[in-house]
Amino acid sequence: MPGPSDPGFDTLALHAGAAPDPTTGARAVPIHLTTSFVFESSEHAASLFNMERSGHVYSRISNPTNAVLEERVAALEGGAGAIATASGQAALHLAIATLAGAGSHIVASSALYGGSHNLLHYTLARFGIETTFVKPGDIDGWRGAIRPTTRLLFGETLGNPGLDVLDVPTVADIAHEHGLPLMVDSTFTTPWLMKPFDLGADLLFHSATKFLSGHGTVIGGVLVDSGQFDWHAAHAAHGRFAELAQPYDGFHGMVFSEESTVGAFLLRARREGLRDFGACMSPHTAWLILQGIETLPLRMARHVENTRKVVQFLAAHAQVARVGYPELESHPDHALAKRLLPRGCGSVFSFDLRGSRAQGVAFIEALKLFSHLANVGDCRSLVIHPASTTHFRMDDAALAQAGISAGTIRLSIGLEDADDLIDDLKRALKAAERAGA
Amino acid sequence: MELAVKNPDGTATPAYLYTGGKPFDAALPCVVFVHGALHDHSVWTLLARWFAHHGHGVLAVDLPGHGRSAGAPLASVEALADWLLALLDAAGVPRAALVGHSMGSLIALEAAARAPARATRLAMVGTAYPMKVSEALLNTARDAPLRAIDMVNAFSHSGIAAKPSYPGPGAWLHGGNRTLMRRVQALQTGVNLFHHDFSVCDRYAGGLEAAAKRQCPASLILGAHDQMTSPKQARAIGDALQARVHTVAAGHALMSEAPDAVLAALRSALA
Repeated sequence: MPGPSDPGFDTLALHAGAAPDPTTGARAVPIHLTTSFVFESSEHAASLFNMERSGHVYSRISNPTNAVLEERVAALEGGAGAIATASGQAALHLAIATLAGAGSHIVASSALYGGSHNLLHYTLARFGIETTFVKPGDIDGWRGAIRPTTRLLFGETLGNPGLDVLDVPTVADIAHEHGLPLMVDSTFTTPWLMKPFDLGADLLFHSATKFLSGHGTVIGGVLVDSGQFDWHAAHAAHGRFAELAQPYDGFHGMVFSEESTVGAFLLRARREGLRDFGACMSPHTAWLILQGIETLPLRMARHVENTRKVVQFLAAHAQVARVGYPELESHPDHALAKRLLPRGCGSVFSFDLRGSRAQGVAFIEALKLFSHLANVGDCRSLVIHPASTTHFRMDDAALAQAGISAGTIRLSIGLEDADDLIDDLKRALKAAERAGA
Repeated sequence: MELAVKNPDGTATPAYLYTGGKPFDAALPCVVFVHGALHDHSVWTLLARWFAHHGHGVLAVDLPGHGRSAGAPLASVEALADWLLALLDAAGVPRAALVGHSMGSLIALEAAARAPARATRLAMVGTAYPMKVSEALLNTARDAPLRAIDMVNAFSHSGIAAKPSYPGPGAWLHGGNRTLMRRVQALQTGVNLFHHDFSVCDRYAGGLEAAAKRQCPASLILGAHDQMTSPKQARAIGDALQARVHTVAAGHALMSEAPDAVLAALRSALA
């Protein structure tokens, strides 16, 4: 039977969570730069604090502008809701802090953003949360690393910087067989390229700093819950996730999985993690990210189109030893990418220059359009040398496990004319060739 | 909390009830909340918390075969009304205000008719009578339940920007409701619960007779933009009940789209 459906992706990117302001008629989302919200009465105040009513109290916990962003990203991902955070790192920390504590264990992909690896390997270990890293494609490794204390499986949809494609359906199945959730970092793919919840993931987060914002202006993160994971059942079966399925003395003795069948995780994350750790997003930042999301479908299509042209150019160049883009048959995850990423594999990829480290330096310094900096997902094209920057804390063995060599260059392809980007790369490759002469 | 609810054959089946964040006290005036098709108690939690913290004993049920309640789904509104009255027995509640949403509103109505002295108030939220379901939608629910869930989810919401959201800011109502319906559907492996629930609504023919039998004051709380149970379709049952009608700016998912307006209407209805 044909019938109604939710609006399409492009419509949701513009409208989800936002209507003209009922007070002023403002069509764009207003920026609610206020710390607090006036109570109508003492009874109203008490009922808001006790979660008898929905509403805003204090902008560290929630804010009307942030709420639009949260609803919009959740809508685009097909989730039940979201929480905007101060950064992508804050979103990752908020998720882990909601589910894990001292004595807990995480199984994570070894192909992670350096900051995520740092948080898991060094910082959380100091707080008693241990992580076992497995190669994202090592399916038996995922299964074998799970312990009774494991609380989460975690990987990036496209690993950084080698673009290892996470087999989300298979890893999700492994997680669910063990009564565990799978969380993915969807920063590189955005919901335009992949909808991880449709593939079985339970939680995801974005560094909204990247493609969601799209303009390299603000730092932010968004943590999204699919609502699909049954925390109550997992607690009943395995004794895990008492944080969600048992009374929480820190908030009225609330049992979050009773309060909301599909929103328990986000309730606890907001009522504990956001409240206590305080890594909230500024409403001004939320507004800028909303401006970016309005054009996300248009930008992602152009990002991918430009990237394909640049990849084609580099793959055919004599100075280039390897291009790591999953749409190339030479990429180890080519078949998986065709299945999970039919719209494309994003616009961040790495390649290996032939020659010495000095030639690599010459290449980067000769670029004019590409900016040498530590970011990706900007509308402008970017370049970086991971071994000396984003992943510099890793030793050679860890670098190799993450698929990085000393000559690896990472590009983030922007929205410029592709011919201009290729001209810039040609000039830099020539400079690298001269430096080796 | 969990109660053992007696079945007609004398056996008992465990039922889950959400009590509003406080231990249930049968000595307080009781409000019973009954959810609709493919839902569970969690559609009521804001309202249930409010009443539990304002002098009421609250029982927000998971119907048999839904959410955390055990047992097979019951076959008719009449059977579900008997179950609801047995649940009151199990809870030690002599009289209660009965509040139901959609399919749950028919169960509340029928229970108020079967035990008129036990119902202090009747509030039918997002209701219509008869609650006929088109043959095409029933067939889709039978043959492609996930597609039917998407359709009903779209029908149930009046927009994509309802505020302040439910159960709190940052919740995407369409996504939450879709996931809840999918999860409740997935809990039953031996029966297509969606088709079952819609068939229960479609078959119920005792509404006007029930309206004549109930004795307590009745209210209808309707969504002005409801496409599932439009206010027009509620007129006959409202007249039969001589009900007070509260209309709020929402669709069929009015507890989540307009939680404050529904609370205000319900406070008035149960006063």
